[in-house]
Amino acid sequence: MIEINHVNKWYGPSFQALKDCTTSVAKGEVVVVCGPSGSGKSTLIKCVNALEPIQGGDIILDGIKVNDPKTDLPKLRSRVGMVFQHFELFPHLRIIDNLCLAQEKVLGRKHDDAVVTAMKLLDRVGLKDHAKKFPAELSGGQQQRVAIARALAMNPIAMLFDEPTSALDPEMISEVLDVMVDLAREGMTMMVVTHEMGFANKVADRVIFMDRGEIVEDAKKADFFGTPRSDRAQKFLSKILQH
Amino acid sequence: MNYNWNWHIFLEPNPMGTGTYLDMLLAGLVVTIKVSVLAWIIALVSGTVIGVLRTLPSRTASWIGFCWVEFFRNMPLLVQLFLWFFVLPELLPKSAGLWMKQLPNAPFWTAAVGVGLFMSARVAVQLQAGIGSLPRGQKQASTALGLTTVQTYRYVLLPMAFRIILPPLTSEFLNTIKNSAVAITIGLIELTGQARSMQEFSFQVFEAFTAATVLYLLLNFVVVTAMRLLERYVAIPGYITGK
Repeated sequence: MIEINHVNKWYGPSFQALKDCTTSVAKGEVVVVCGPSGSGKSTLIKCVNALEPIQGGDIILDGIKVNDPKTDLPKLRSRVGMVFQHFELFPHLRIIDNLCLAQEKVLGRKHDDAVVTAMKLLDRVGLKDHAKKFPAELSGGQQQRVAIARALAMNPIAMLFDEPTSALDPEMISEVLDVMVDLAREGMTMMVVTHEMGFANKVADRVIFMDRGEIVEDAKKADFFGTPRSDRAQKFLSKILQH
Repeated sequence: MNYNWNWHIFLEPNPMGTGTYLDMLLAGLVVTIKVSVLAWIIALVSGTVIGVLRTLPSRTASWIGFCWVEFFRNMPLLVQLFLWFFVLPELLPKSAGLWMKQLPNAPFWTAAVGVGLFMSARVAVQLQAGIGSLPRGQKQASTALGLTTVQTYRYVLLPMAFRIILPPLTSEFLNTIKNSAVAITIGLIELTGQARSMQEFSFQVFEAFTAATVLYLLLNFVVVTAMRLLERYVAIPGYITGK
């Protein structure tokens, strides 16, 4: 589904954010990307739907080359859901309109159909009663669930999560993770940048560990939590798992 | 000070035979309103285009925006009006220059366009700041949903940016009205112009300019009130200025 081949990316002339990264996410697979801050995990996931351009290598999404100048990027992006660390709901639109905007403007759905889809998804994330509210009237956890519903409204073939719980108060993390666990169990293809090792342990098929722009470890979940092969991954795990 | 105060002068007939002196001033007020509203529309439309250009990643776009803004804000308004009114018709091909000179009501159109373009530079800079103040994730989120750049600006960035810059835009609208008085120098008989001719006909200089002052104050008070109402109307519940 997602193939990342020898991807290189620079910010400016001197800083290399991604160094020869190669990995893949198969259909229905859940892959967790972790690593210390500044290791390039967010950059990597943003390259998948070309929010960030790459300078070397290839990214292929459902058979379509993302970094081909001829690719219709808006169309390709509309088929991949993305959830951001800071939710990024559109503050001037009611929750229901946040879910309908791209359905109508990008997919060309009729307003009534878009509303039906939106309400079904809001119901699914437990926020049907909040449809008429504005984003600023919801808690962080609720906003992030809306953001997930907004991405799902486009019927995506895969979902990208960029630290979806990092900006949340501790008591709100689980309500967002619950939604994500459900999604994973239903067979959604997911690439998740997160520090939530509990989530990784529960639903991930594979775990990728990044450090300084490199993919240091790319292993099945059991192998990763059992005996990571690299020193750096071991150190990282011991630091975040000791609490 | 030997001055004959005469507050009844406003009800006396003016020598032009167009009614009283008050009618004269009110006719000037109407011209001021017309030229200011037209200039403000020009400023808003072109300022929006230029402000957006300045926020695009394209070098050419931001270069065009840069040149526009620096050209129109670095020259005194008075000089700009002279340029449009006296110099431009001479520089153009003969037929176009002649057309400009013979334009009925040429001072009015020149003033509207001249003040409008002068103000557009200020609108552009403020809009650029408004767009720049939005979280970067907003653009990424709408791009990730598959919206094109035009759609992203139309449905996501501009509605928020304009809400943020509404208070300073109010000041710019007031500045447009006040700057329209400069048009007296190219022969537009607007409110200040009528106050001057009233003074010349009647020698009641203090009454004439007191009345002009009051009319400007009233006009700007109407604008301020209308903009306050607009601010309240578009306020977003739970968000910064919203309640």
